[in-house]
Amino acid sequence: MSDVPILVAEGVTKHYGARLGCRDVGFELWPGEVLAVVGESGSGKTTLLNCLSARLRPTTGSIRYRMRDGAMRDLYTLEEAERRRLMRTDWGFVHQNPADGLRMTVSAGANVGERLMALGERHYGHIRDTALSWLERVEVATDRIDDDPRGFSGGMRQRLQIARNLVTRPRLVFMDEPTGGLDVSVQARLLDLLRGLVGELGMAVVIVTHDLAVARLLSDRMLVMKDGRVVESGLTDRVLDDPHAPYTQLLVSSILQA
Amino acid sequence: MTTPRLAVRDVAKSFTMHLRDGICLRVLDGVTFTVAPGECVVLGGPSGAGKSSILKIVYGNYAADAGAIVVDGGQGGLDLATATPRAVLAARHATIGYVSQFLRVVPRVAARDIVAEPLILRGIDRDEATDRAEALLARLNLPARLWSLPPATFSGGEQQRINVARGFIARYPLLLLDEPTASLDAANRAVVVDLIREAKTEGGSFLGIFHDEAVRDAVADRVIDVTHFTPATP
Amino acid sequence: MTAPAYNFAYLDEQTKRMIRRAILKAVAIPGYQVSFASREMPMPYGWGTGGVQVTAAVIGPDDVLKVIDQGADDTTNAVSIRAFFAKVADVATTTRTEEATIIQTRHRIPEAPLHEGQILVYQVPIPEPLRFLEPRETETRTLHALEEYGLVHVKLYEDIARHGHIATTYAYPVMVEGRYVMDPSPIPKFDNPKMDHSPALQLFGAGREKRIYAIPPYAQVVSLDFEDHPFEVQTFADPCALCGATGVYLDEVILDDRGGRMFVCSDTDYCEGRRGEAEA
Repeated sequence: MSDVPILVAEGVTKHYGARLGCRDVGFELWPGEVLAVVGESGSGKTTLLNCLSARLRPTTGSIRYRMRDGAMRDLYTLEEAERRRLMRTDWGFVHQNPADGLRMTVSAGANVGERLMALGERHYGHIRDTALSWLERVEVATDRIDDDPRGFSGGMRQRLQIARNLVTRPRLVFMDEPTGGLDVSVQARLLDLLRGLVGELGMAVVIVTHDLAVARLLSDRMLVMKDGRVVESGLTDRVLDDPHAPYTQLLVSSILQA
Repeated sequence: MTTPRLAVRDVAKSFTMHLRDGICLRVLDGVTFTVAPGECVVLGGPSGAGKSSILKIVYGNYAADAGAIVVDGGQGGLDLATATPRAVLAARHATIGYVSQFLRVVPRVAARDIVAEPLILRGIDRDEATDRAEALLARLNLPARLWSLPPATFSGGEQQRINVARGFIARYPLLLLDEPTASLDAANRAVVVDLIREAKTEGGSFLGIFHDEAVRDAVADRVIDVTHFTPATP
Repeated sequence: MTAPAYNFAYLDEQTKRMIRRAILKAVAIPGYQVSFASREMPMPYGWGTGGVQVTAAVIGPDDVLKVIDQGADDTTNAVSIRAFFAKVADVATTTRTEEATIIQTRHRIPEAPLHEGQILVYQVPIPEPLRFLEPRETETRTLHALEEYGLVHVKLYEDIARHGHIATTYAYPVMVEGRYVMDPSPIPKFDNPKMDHSPALQLFGAGREKRIYAIPPYAQVVSLDFEDHPFEVQTFADPCALCGATGVYLDEVILDDRGGRMFVCSDTDYCEGRRGEAEA
C-alpha cells in the first residue's frame, strides 16, 4: 500500500448562482481504494464528481492529484493540455449512458484502441491485439470487434466503455452510476466484472451511485451526501451496518432486502 | 507478560434510532478483555447479550462509542476505535480476519476463487493461491466438482465451509469466528476444530462465538460471559 | 483590356490585403488553418471560390496562370476560371506546367516537377481533417492546438479493419513540418509525395469554410500511416494508352457500352507534351 494519497479534496464548494451544488467536501483517496459517493438525485454527488474529474471548476476549495512523477498538482492550475492528457491516459471516466463515452459510429476495436493511438501507438497489429484482449476481458464477443456499438445491447455498450477507459491502465477512474439504466441481471454481471478489474488493476475509483448494493459490493469507503453536503463518511460496511446520521439510517432502511 | 494480540478496554456501544424518535438503545458497556497470541477466547452468554456486536465492533462494522480496541499483529498496536478507515482496511488486510455466519455471495465468482482471494490480494501468485485454496476445500470435504462453481446455489453447509476456508487460508494473526460450525456435520466440525488448534500452535489468536458446546470445549482457552457487559437499565 | 467595371483581379484592394495577411500567417504556421473573411464570388460554392480568392490575392500583371480540374486544362471549371482571370486581371494563361507562375488546381498536382517561384493554389471543399469524427469546431481547434491527433489514426484504423488496408485514396491526411495535421484537399494520395519538400509554394483556399492554409517551399509533408500498414501510393498495371507513360496517375475512360475502356494520363498537359516529343 502506498503512503501518499492520489487525490486530495479540500473544502470543495460549487455554487450555481444562488443555488448550491455541493459544499465543503473534503477527503483523501489512496491508490487502489474505491470510494463510493451515495445520495439521491439532487444531493450534489454528480456536481462533486464533475469537480473532482476536472470537468467543473469549483467555486472554492482545492482538488490535488498526485501525478505519475509523484508531484501533487492542483487540478485547476494545470495547463489545459496537461489536464486533457490526464483525462485520456491516467484517468478514466465511465458515464451512465455509454453513448456519452463511446464513439458510436466507429467500430468496437477503434473505440478501445483510440487512447492507444492518442498516446502514439502506431502499430495496427498491436492495437488490434490489445483491443481483442480487452474485449475478451470485458466479455464482449471478439467477433464483434469490427461492429460499431449502435448494434450493441446496453450491457455490451457499458462493458465496451469500460474497456475503452481501462486500456491505458489508468490510476484513477471516475464512474457515474455505471449500472444505472441496466436490467438487474445485466447489472450483476457488470458489477462483478468491475469488482474483478478494480481488484486486478489496483486502480483508485470514485463511483457515484444511488444504489447501496453497488456501493457495498464495490467500495471500501463511502461518502453519504444530502443537500450538497457530506452527512456521513467512513468504511462502507460500517456506514451501512451502523449508520449514524438520520439520513443514512433512512437510506439504509429504505432498501429492499434481496 | 507478552503484548496481547487484542486488548479491548471499556468499550461501550449504543444505537440511536433517528427514525424512531431518536430513542437510544444501549447494548454494551465497559467491555474489557484481552486475547493473547495463540489463545482462543470464546464469548458466552444468551442470544441478544451482544456477542455478535462485540465481534462487529472489533472488526469495525460497528463504531464503538467509547473505549479502546488495540490490535497488535506484530507491527505495533493499532487502536481500531480511533483508527482511520484506511488503517482499519489495512488491519483487515493483514491482521484481522472474520468468518461470519453467512457467506456474502458474490455472483459469478467460483468457490475456489472466493477462497483464494485474500492470498491474491496479498500479492501471492495466483496459481499458488489456487492450489492452497483447493487443498483447504479438499480438507473441508467440499467435492471437487463444486470448486469451479459460484456458491450461490450451494447448501448452507457447503457455503459455510467456503466461508471457513476463506477465513483460515490467510492465517490472520486474529480471526473472528461467528458460529463457524453451525451448519456443519460432525466430520467437518472436527476439521474446523483441527484448523483452530493448528493455527493456535503457530501463534494464531481467535475470538469466537460457538453455540456447539463440544466444539467450544475443544477449542476454548477461556470463556467470557458477555452479560457482564450488559448496561445497567437506566 | 481590363473591363473598367472591375478592380484588378476582381477583388478590391482591401480584400486582397486581408487575404494576403491570412496567407502570410498560413505560410508562417505551416498546415495551420487561418480564418479569413471569404467573399461572395461570381460563381457558386464548390466551384473553387476559395482557390479563386487566393489566386486573386497573389496574382500580378506579369503572372502566367494555369488552371486544372482533375488534371485537365480543358474541363468546364478550369476553362471558366482561366477565362475569369484573363478577363479581370488581363494575365497570360497557359496549359504548360513549366511556363505557369501560378497554377490553380482542383484534385491534382501536375506530373511535371514544380520549381521555385511557382505557386500552386488548391481549391478545398472541407479543410478540417478531423471533421469526419468530430463535428464540433471548438473541439477540433482544441485538438489541433494541443496536437491531439489520435482521431486521425482512428479513421485509418477503421479503414484497415473494414477493408484490410488503408482504403482512403484521396484527401489522405498529412502531417506538415511535424506539427499540424492537414487535409491536402481531394487530391489522390498518389500526389501526396509531391507535396513533400516541394520547391513551389502551396496555398489552400476553402471559400465556403472560410479557411486558408499553406505549405511553404521545401516543407516536410508526411502522409500518416501505421508501422505495419505503411503509406503507399496507387500503382497502375498498364502505362497510359495514349503516351505510354508509367508512374503517373491514370484516369479510366469508357469507350463504349460494351465494356471497352482505356487508361490515360489524368494530367492532359503532361500527356500532350510526351506525345509531342514522340512525334518530333
